[in-house]
Amino acid sequence: MTRGPVGQGRAADGTDGTGGAGGPGGVVTGIGEAARPGDTGWGRVVEGLRAYRLIAGMWLRSTMAYRASFALTAFGNFAMTALDFVAILLMFSRIDALGGYALPEIAFLYGLSGVSFGLADLAIGSMDRLGRRVRDGTLDTLLVRPAPVLAQVAADRFAPRRLGRVLQGALVLGWALTAVDVAWTPGKLVLMPLMLVSGAGIFCAVFVAAAAFQFVAQDASEVANAFTYGGTTLLQYPPTVFARELVRGVTFVVPLAFVNWLPASHVLGRPYPLDLPAWTAFTPPLVALACGAAAGLAWRAGLRSYRSTGS
Amino acid sequence: MVEVGSWRLYTSVAAGGFRRYATYRAATAAGVFTNTVFGLVLVYAYLALWDEKPQLGGYDQAQAVTYVWLGQAMLATLAIGGGGIEDELMERIRTGDVAVDLYRPVDLQMWWLAADGGRAVFQLLGRGVVPFVFGSLVFPASLPGEASTWVAFLVAVVLAMLVSFAIRYLVALSAFWLLDGVGMTQMGWLLGFFCSGMTLPLNVFPGALGEVVRALPWASLLQAPADVLLGKADPLGTFAFQAGWAVALLALGRLVQSAATRRVVVQGG
Repeated sequence: MTRGPVGQGRAADGTDGTGGAGGPGGVVTGIGEAARPGDTGWGRVVEGLRAYRLIAGMWLRSTMAYRASFALTAFGNFAMTALDFVAILLMFSRIDALGGYALPEIAFLYGLSGVSFGLADLAIGSMDRLGRRVRDGTLDTLLVRPAPVLAQVAADRFAPRRLGRVLQGALVLGWALTAVDVAWTPGKLVLMPLMLVSGAGIFCAVFVAAAAFQFVAQDASEVANAFTYGGTTLLQYPPTVFARELVRGVTFVVPLAFVNWLPASHVLGRPYPLDLPAWTAFTPPLVALACGAAAGLAWRAGLRSYRSTGS
Repeated sequence: MVEVGSWRLYTSVAAGGFRRYATYRAATAAGVFTNTVFGLVLVYAYLALWDEKPQLGGYDQAQAVTYVWLGQAMLATLAIGGGGIEDELMERIRTGDVAVDLYRPVDLQMWWLAADGGRAVFQLLGRGVVPFVFGSLVFPASLPGEASTWVAFLVAVVLAMLVSFAIRYLVALSAFWLLDGVGMTQMGWLLGFFCSGMTLPLNVFPGALGEVVRALPWASLLQAPADVLLGKADPLGTFAFQAGWAVALLALGRLVQSAATRRVVVQGG
């Protein structure tokens, strides 16, 4: 919230950095040893993950230097996300069902959305700082390092306090699992971890695509919040409350419906949104891969279009 | 007494605050877009809620819709989720730059109030109006026909700006003692979101919890202007409630400020 005009979703996010601990400049050594330009695609992925692990580890150590601050901001992150659920609880103090869904079922959707998004936010949620780097020219520093730029940007200012959000979602999901009435089958059991991981993948793709967009519109980083924080808020409510066009949009354009609405419809034995066929409940991994590929292309295009500020 | 000369000074500080935020057009457009998307999500949730329970909290469906879009218009205006001048003031306290501010022949509280006022007016016009108009056109909204209600509403918004500033000024001053204001800022957001009615209208809160939140200062922020606009509250009584909190909290801010400047050693001094 430090930049001028503010983001809505960022409110849930605490502040950036931890008491001004040193930036990544010069700290990341050793990444280059494994890096050989012109490697195969798979080699690039391994190299990127390695760079990500090293940089994120560095930020983790720097955060843990201020343990009390970490605990407080993680709690703040937890509490801020919990407010959404408190609002839902308050609603249910007056009603028995919302859009035909009872409280445990909504909690189920909420928990799935919260954990999936929380994992993506924890992993690469700081990517929306890219616009700032483009503006002040510090992206150049990342370009000359022998490690994939995407990995460097994704791990930049890795913020462990965002575990608060994951934990909050997991608690609600845990309660929902004890409270919903589900006839568990092997298929449904397999679907549970599958949709959490795929959902996190879909949200990661949204983060990357939004970061790519910032190469073009540097100040407009807040647009991403509409799809990330706005997306997770949308998915907390059942698809039945939304207009058909909106559901179509989040199914076919920005496929957030695959994070929880479709797979959860299968688990809860509910009618599918838009009367989609039953097998679509099992497609989230494919959708996540497709989104990842599309976001990757957008990222490449964005990075190619980058012109340094030159100062 | 504020003299004519200082009145002009604070006006130009406010104008500066306005221009500063007006500079970032892409960011403003992005904010408008984001507020509109959040409004859409909330509006459908509220429509389902009021479908289930018509007349919940004394609102009908159209009034609930209007409430949502008013909330989106007020979010940045009143810096309910942060983003006001408090971040900057806190940073100046932490670094010790505030010593320079205290040297100036101006009043610290008035200076920041003016700067925040300029910011708030820009956010209302630049970020608030478009989502509100969009929402009122696309969804069945409940807007008053008489000009007097609109005037009363604007008065309530101005009073809300004062209360909002007074709260955030207190949060910022805590940095004199705590240095790192992150925890206080977060508490401020939490209370602001919950107790202002951003998460759910305060008149929907059940029982004693509802009684308490409706009496707290945050009720002046969103709930009070909304009830005036929707014709749910007597404007004069609402103004008195808001003004009472504004005066009390601004006075408290003054007290804390004088304690801070007397007792606290400025960093780097």
